[in-house]
Amino acid sequence: MAHIKVDEQLPGIRGLMDFRPLTAKPLNALADALLRTDEGLSKGERELIATFVSSLNDCFFCQNIHGAVAGYYHPEDEDLVDKVKRDYKNAPITEKMKALLSIAANVQKGGKFVYEQQVEDARALGATDIEIHDTVLIAAAFCMFNRYVDGLGTFAPDNPGMYRERARKIAEETGYGGSSPK
Amino acid sequence: MAYISLDEALPGMRGLLSYRPVIAPPLMSLMQVLMRSNEGLSMGEREVIATYVSSLNDCYNCHSIHAEVAQCFYESQPDLISQIKADFRSAEISDKFKALLDIAGSVQKGGKYVTEAQVSKAKEEGATDLEIHDTVLIAALFCFYNRYIDGLGIVSKDTPESLKQRGKMMAEQGYGH
Repeated sequence: MAHIKVDEQLPGIRGLMDFRPLTAKPLNALADALLRTDEGLSKGERELIATFVSSLNDCFFCQNIHGAVAGYYHPEDEDLVDKVKRDYKNAPITEKMKALLSIAANVQKGGKFVYEQQVEDARALGATDIEIHDTVLIAAAFCMFNRYVDGLGTFAPDNPGMYRERARKIAEETGYGGSSPK
Repeated sequence: MAYISLDEALPGMRGLLSYRPVIAPPLMSLMQVLMRSNEGLSMGEREVIATYVSSLNDCYNCHSIHAEVAQCFYESQPDLISQIKADFRSAEISDKFKALLDIAGSVQKGGKYVTEAQVSKAKEEGATDLEIHDTVLIAALFCFYNRYIDGLGIVSKDTPESLKQRGKMMAEQGYGH
């Protein structure tokens, strides 16, 4: 049971958005702005960063829904998300993406853990300022979403099919801003 | 110098929002709803939570300015924010608010550090579901901002005077612009 009275039919952040629609609207708009663009980082790369950080924060709901969206954008390898979570340095992703995930991992610990050499290394592998910026932003934002979802004790079902179906809807129809908690 | 090329003449978050304008409307809207309400938690209490969590995250960029904003709401208690930063449990605040700050402190570590015992204590002291919700979300939000601004290597250029001035403006005008 969640720490506050939410609709227990709605898992994770969905129950919280139903509880407080006033904060739900800008949170969804933020998720859209962070994740639903291919400018610089692709949608798939953005979801991979979100999933990776959520798994470092041990947030089951977030890593599964965003993992499913990341999986949607990487149909060529259905194990890619697991490989990244387990050992990103040896996963089949670009060297640039590995450098960005290394930055994301440090953001997860705290802002001051990011050091200049990491940023230089990412640049040397082709990362632009905006890609570095967006990596830090997405990693930081998911440190919020993960704390929100787990800090209020919401539940997350172990139902891969449910996450895949929600992911498909997000990717193909509604994004985050157009989605409804129910 | 920041790790990316920003307009460092713009203080704090404003430099970042000017660099990436697409995130400004949702963040400003979230700040207005979450920080500029007296429904449940007061505006002052919301700013105190933000300041407290930012100081736990050692984010000077954030706790310096939000301490000034918070203090504007407690004119009769000029040392309150320093008391809270040093040891909120002995600060002159209600037991309910202490219980909520305890929850905020756990959120700072991670969502799963919030215990049922902490939540029960807050409810016993009179905290509503809305107040608990907003406490957790504000604490989480500042864990985001602290990582975002420090993660890009931004260094505060504020002086004590500019902090007071900006803090007063934010306390009066909010975050809608």
